[in-house]
Amino acid sequence: MAYNHKEVIAEKPSRLTSGHRMCAGCGAPAVARMILRAVKPEDHAVIANATGCMEVSTFIYPYTAWTDSFIHTAFECAGATLSGVEAAYKSMKKQGKLPEDKNTKFIAFGGDGGTYDIGLQSLSGAMERGHDMVYVCYDNGAYMNTGIQRSSATPKFADTTTSPAGSVIPGKMQSRKDLAKIMVGHHIPYVAQTLAMGNYKDLYEKAEKAIYTEGPAFLNVMAPCPRGWGYNTEDLIDINKLAADTCYWPLYEVIDGKYKITYKPAKKLPVEEFLRPQKRFKHMFKPGNEWMIKEFQEEVDRRWQELLDLEEMTNK
Amino acid sequence: MGIRERLSGNEASATAMKQINPDVVAAFPITPSTEIPQYFSTFVSNGTVDTEFVAVESEHSAMSACIGAEAAGARAMTATSANGLSLMWEMIYIASSLRLPIVMSLVNRAVSGPLNIHNDHSDAMGVRDSGWIQLFSENNQEAYDNLIMAHRIAENKDVLLPLMVCQDGFITSHSIENIELIEDEKVKEFVGKYKPEHYLLNDKEPMAIGPLDLQAYLFEHKKQQAEAMRNAKKVILDVAKDFEKMTGRKYGFFEEYKLDDAEIAIVCMNSTAGTTKYTIDKLREKGIKAGLLKVRVYRPFPAEEIAESLKHLKAVAVLDKADSLNAIGGALYEDVVSGLYQAKATVPTVNYVYGIGGRDTKSDDIEKVFNDLAQIAKEGKVENPYRYLGVRGDK
Repeated sequence: MAYNHKEVIAEKPSRLTSGHRMCAGCGAPAVARMILRAVKPEDHAVIANATGCMEVSTFIYPYTAWTDSFIHTAFECAGATLSGVEAAYKSMKKQGKLPEDKNTKFIAFGGDGGTYDIGLQSLSGAMERGHDMVYVCYDNGAYMNTGIQRSSATPKFADTTTSPAGSVIPGKMQSRKDLAKIMVGHHIPYVAQTLAMGNYKDLYEKAEKAIYTEGPAFLNVMAPCPRGWGYNTEDLIDINKLAADTCYWPLYEVIDGKYKITYKPAKKLPVEEFLRPQKRFKHMFKPGNEWMIKEFQEEVDRRWQELLDLEEMTNK
Repeated sequence: MGIRERLSGNEASATAMKQINPDVVAAFPITPSTEIPQYFSTFVSNGTVDTEFVAVESEHSAMSACIGAEAAGARAMTATSANGLSLMWEMIYIASSLRLPIVMSLVNRAVSGPLNIHNDHSDAMGVRDSGWIQLFSENNQEAYDNLIMAHRIAENKDVLLPLMVCQDGFITSHSIENIELIEDEKVKEFVGKYKPEHYLLNDKEPMAIGPLDLQAYLFEHKKQQAEAMRNAKKVILDVAKDFEKMTGRKYGFFEEYKLDDAEIAIVCMNSTAGTTKYTIDKLREKGIKAGLLKVRVYRPFPAEEIAESLKHLKAVAVLDKADSLNAIGGALYEDVVSGLYQAKATVPTVNYVYGIGGRDTKSDDIEKVFNDLAQIAKEGKVENPYRYLGVRGDK
């Protein structure tokens, strides 16, 4: 069935309610809301959350913004925690301890800190063991909850509080880790990369596939952070679109090992367009730093080409 | 009438787990507790249990998965030792604060470093104030019996705390002893069904667990944990009474061995109690009035009851199988001494740190402690209470 934005928004109530304390202009709540809209209304969900912005802003005792069951334990173990919940479901269902006609879906949310870095082992274990769950990384490219420290998802040259753009070292000197590819390496049935906003159809459809594909699935969703990236809150949608149109953040999915790029911009924009509105890249535009933009562009091009090649290669 | 068997401590623990038939077991191998998930995996593979076994990639994930499973509404169990417990440390506190009655078999081993795989109690002592109930076991029978009683204690509405059953790595975990097992049906009936009031998988009442809990509420929540730990004392005794009705085996907070008429006594935990009993019998033949208080329930700590049992003595030695590196003394010693102080019992009390890293503790060593105690009793005072037993270079 073709995606109908009006229907989805009007007919599927948000399962993350308003009143949470995420910042204005943050991509993360949009990710959670849209993904949970892809859960069938008749299905129950158990959501696990790694410690991070989303968790500390949506479940402050005694209030919760989640209408489904929700568990938070610690920073690095959303994958393992949800493994336990899913194993309990399997066991109790098998023993007739839960109603037969009721389905429960298992969805974990973690930021890039809790997913790329401290939670990578727990995520890898959960995926390898084949639990029927979706792990969603809302990737804002740094440890935003603790005040914008670099992560392995932080793009090269970005200015963060632990990779400050100084007079000798101009920001983070290492490239981003490619987590979606690491997840593809787990040979799980579904891996996808998408955006918080700007292409709701892409996000929704990938969420639906991830949730209703049996076995483990992983979604890497770019979720811009106004504080960490330094853009105007009203520019959230534009920033998302620029990430896709410059091919900095390609939208694609990998189904049983087959790559499919779900958005190929008609006109691939220079990466400068994505970098310029963000304060974290401001130093790259200083005279004499043209090499940084050039290098950044080269890496975007290389990674985009690699993805095109993978698509071709896996669909032969 | 029970079933007579010969099992190692690990086999006995795995057998108890089989009879309990938990919904989920999540565990990671570590010496000397590895055999427990090994035996248990066989039960799973052969369909002897209904359990989902989650072969996690670390102990941190083992405890995380147990928390997830227990919160989901399942009975969850695990087993570990030493560094495994160290890696779980963060989750240990989260399990108890979320009031999840997870049950763990802890096969005690020295915590690194340097690396050592043998027995002492540094693992259990490291989490003694984490909000877990801790039961210690002298032998295989007790490790088994404590596990059978564990869920009834942990899941009690006035308690709702996780519980660990400790036994000595290798000394009991790998030694085969005679044991009396309880029939499967009797265990099933005794342990009962797990009926959590609130759980994640109840779609009729979604719940959220594990909040950000700030200045306005955390203090009250921690106090409730402390109250639950106090409540556990009565529940432990109630469950022990029911257990005695079923098996004839009697359990309390601690076991007294020839303590009534004793003049000098040792306080210790786990397998050393066996060596101590043997030594006491030998000394009694010589007319020395030696006794033992073997602590079974270390958390909650029965301070008043222990003080009551020790106050008539002329000298007491507390044996700690973990050093506290605090320039004061071992943890058990401090607990016993503060209990005596509160009870205004002025019994000269001495501390021996012993058996670290699996150093053998022989009856000769225990006899040396009793000889020291006889001297202390005669003098009525202790000069240097923080002592070592069986270490080289000790003056």
